[in-house]
Amino acid sequence: MTADSLAPPRRLGHRLLSRPELGAVVGAVAVFVVFSVAADSFLRPASLGTILYAASTIGIMAVPVALLMIGGEFDLSAGVLVTSSALVSSMFSYQMTANVWVGVGVSLLVTLAIGFFNGIMLARTKLPSFIITLGTFLMLTGLNLGFTKLIDGTVSTKSISDMEGFASARALFASHLTIGDVDLQVTILWWIALVAVATWVLLRTRAGNWIFASGGGPDAARAVGVPVTRTKTGLYMAVAFCAWISGQHLLFSFDVVQSGEGIGNEFLYIIAAVIGGCLMTGGYGSAIGSAVGAFIFGMTSKGIVYAEWNPDWFKFFLGAMLLLATLLNAWVRKRAEAAK
Amino acid sequence: MESANRGKRALGALLTVVIGVALAGCSSTGGLRAEQRAKEAQANGSAVDTPKWTVAMVTHAGAGDSFWDIVQKGARQAAAKDNITFLYSNSDQGKDQAQLVQTAIDQKVDGLVVTLAKPEAMKDVVLKAEKAGIPVVTINSGSAQSKEYGALAHIGQDETVAGEAVGDELTARGRKHVLCVLHEQGNVGHEQRCAGVKNTFEGTTENLYVNGTNMPDVQSALQAKLAADRSIDAVVTLGAPYAATAAKAKDQAGSQAEVDTFDLNGQVASALEDGTIGFAVDQQPYLQGYEAVDLLWLYRYNADVLGGGRPVLTGPQIVTKDDAAALKDYAKRGTR
Repeated sequence: MTADSLAPPRRLGHRLLSRPELGAVVGAVAVFVVFSVAADSFLRPASLGTILYAASTIGIMAVPVALLMIGGEFDLSAGVLVTSSALVSSMFSYQMTANVWVGVGVSLLVTLAIGFFNGIMLARTKLPSFIITLGTFLMLTGLNLGFTKLIDGTVSTKSISDMEGFASARALFASHLTIGDVDLQVTILWWIALVAVATWVLLRTRAGNWIFASGGGPDAARAVGVPVTRTKTGLYMAVAFCAWISGQHLLFSFDVVQSGEGIGNEFLYIIAAVIGGCLMTGGYGSAIGSAVGAFIFGMTSKGIVYAEWNPDWFKFFLGAMLLLATLLNAWVRKRAEAAK
Repeated sequence: MESANRGKRALGALLTVVIGVALAGCSSTGGLRAEQRAKEAQANGSAVDTPKWTVAMVTHAGAGDSFWDIVQKGARQAAAKDNITFLYSNSDQGKDQAQLVQTAIDQKVDGLVVTLAKPEAMKDVVLKAEKAGIPVVTINSGSAQSKEYGALAHIGQDETVAGEAVGDELTARGRKHVLCVLHEQGNVGHEQRCAGVKNTFEGTTENLYVNGTNMPDVQSALQAKLAADRSIDAVVTLGAPYAATAAKAKDQAGSQAEVDTFDLNGQVASALEDGTIGFAVDQQPYLQGYEAVDLLWLYRYNADVLGGGRPVLTGPQIVTKDDAAALKDYAKRGTR
């Protein structure tokens, strides 16, 4: 996008077509139309709250994952990191009989440290991020289970709902407000805020240029003085920060955390980012796109329920809808590039 | 090495902060201290003077499943009492589970406890164990194959029977339209439970598949379903952790449905007490682990067998508000 400001002004249509999220928006409209026709209850205002909630829990993580992907890297540990983060705050508060806010704070530090570890390992070893974060993913999966069992004696955490600070923490991470018929979860606000911040960083700050440059061509970027290592480490810590928000939501929403949760969710975040127009090869994409991707995911997964289609085929419908949305996205982008 | 120093400093700062905050804000309610205060001293020694036998348990459990944790607790308690060394391993893939049984045979264990969730994969290796002179007890799933494969006994719940008990209970409670929530697509036991409900329930039964490893997704799927179909007046979850989530989804969708569940945990016991959940069907996993190990001991010591060739049922036991108070403490310590 930064190149746009230097280019001679073009017609609005062309400028719109060059946006990475355009394909996703068209896909979202298509999915919306399909379910509006197929499901009576899909268009009810109350349904919107449910769909947005489903989208926001994916979307909160899709934002930093999209930035990371624009920066040219993957994070396969993002799904279990959410669970780790929730486990740390719950177990720390419980074992220390501390105010739950203490656990929440400790969890932030631990989670950021894991993100830092991913970034530093990537820079030091020069191994592909796929391998590094696969290692972290497996280690965290084992640690989640091992530590929970070791400390709590069972595979899920103890309830902390009767502890001090729980109510205020729940208000911040897991409350919901009702506007008319629509019940909105607080995660939706977190999501919108994160998308706004990430968009601002990407398009209006030097760090944003660094992210595009690191993903587009790391060697060229390094040659012109972009701190590639620092940028990528920062991106991993951004993933960790959002994992912390999601993890706290998990904890304060459901009170008890199961140590085996979260596996597989990393792919949902990547899927949302890719549908939203991020290239798997890096250097291209947007935060808003990831939000549209997450919204498509929310509409599809809940729309199937609203439409009351045969549940035996649930996963098939989900896969087909996602594939179609991505194909449509790719087609629109190709048209856009041809029109330039 | 400037960045290495920075790393060390960051780690130092992290530790300081962790210890600092740990000493600061304390909670005067809940937490470990409350549990310790409530905890009674438990005697834990063997009650018999038989030689130190070894029993291995190999299950089809996925990692981190709270249900299997309770089974293990029962088995360990029996092992401690019977002077038995207890070994546990698990894999949710049939082929790997069979390999784990093979390693137990290689270790020349004195008794074997296995689950037959994927009976075909397990058949050869179970027969091999018996050939090697190792007595086998099957638990949980595989009541149909247990005898055929030559096991001493089967201890567990018949999933269809358990489902039927739920169907009866729901009919008795005057429900009309039940939603059966499956959190693991392709699990035979889950299908049997919902099929059992359908057998005896006099209203309509409908299945919904949810993604069990993603709680927010489970909640929003249930919210969507309950909002889409207002005629649903009962939701049955197949695992205790999903019951609380279902209750939340119900509230948020503004539905009047009653939430009931298979299996029990601390959260469900509390929810039964305050009426958030109608009833739970317990198959007593503690009993499955405990009885299996104890039965192997009895067989070694006294050539006793149980069940007379028929499965020994540990469930379904329907628990309601009336039982909740007593069960809460047991569920909290992880044995119910």
